[in-house]
Amino acid sequence: MATVRLSFSPAPVHVRTARLVGVAVARRAGVREDLLDEVRLAIGEACTRAVALHRQYGLTDPVLVEMSDSGRYAVRVVDRAPIEASIGLHALDADQLANESLNEDDLTTGVGFALLAGFVDDLQVRPVDDGIGTEVRMVWPLNR
Amino acid sequence: MELSLATRTVGEHTVLEVGGEVDVYTAPRLRERLLELIDSGARHVVVDLGRVDFLDSTGLGVLVGALKRLRTVDGTFALVCDKEPLLKIFRITALDQVFPLHPTVEAATGAGA
Repeated sequence: MATVRLSFSPAPVHVRTARLVGVAVARRAGVREDLLDEVRLAIGEACTRAVALHRQYGLTDPVLVEMSDSGRYAVRVVDRAPIEASIGLHALDADQLANESLNEDDLTTGVGFALLAGFVDDLQVRPVDDGIGTEVRMVWPLNR
Repeated sequence: MELSLATRTVGEHTVLEVGGEVDVYTAPRLRERLLELIDSGARHVVVDLGRVDFLDSTGLGVLVGALKRLRTVDGTFALVCDKEPLLKIFRITALDQVFPLHPTVEAATGAGA
């Protein structure tokens, strides 16, 4: 059962709101203070990715963020884009990043995934159980 | 905190001081400003991230875009950053191997950036 559930129309302006809510719930749940910057960044990256996919596919469906704190702090960010959009997610190395032919969108996607993988020890990207879409699931320990 | 942008000149360098949050919403304004600077002739650009308190992949993408654009016109691009949380972002993404990173504006402008 989610403690807090937030859904927002897929517009960049709302990503900041999702970050703020995600960190507020994390703090109240008891996530260690020194992890909160990473929580903020990871939730932001997951939401940015979802917004980008919805815009790419012309979807007006809301992006869903669920935060729960039963034993640990778990955050799910759910998009409704076709699952194939999530295939091929990988971090880029320095040579690929500096390659002139890499466009900014692909670079941002690779960098975003590197940040998620780098800042979240317990990270899963998988198809949603119901309908079309992908969920990014991130878990942090609670300090209590 | 909203994005703030201020430009000053140090020798032959154009220093863009960035403050606040650079994310998917505000990054387009940073991109626009960097393009304006380059299009108006700036060739040695230093972006000072000293007052940035949030930077995401979109912002990083804009910075890489500016670096590549300046390379095509024989320009240079460097970043000023001494905050550990931001430096960690550059290390995790391997972008610390792509950008010249300096602890101060003086170091960036004096290092031939």
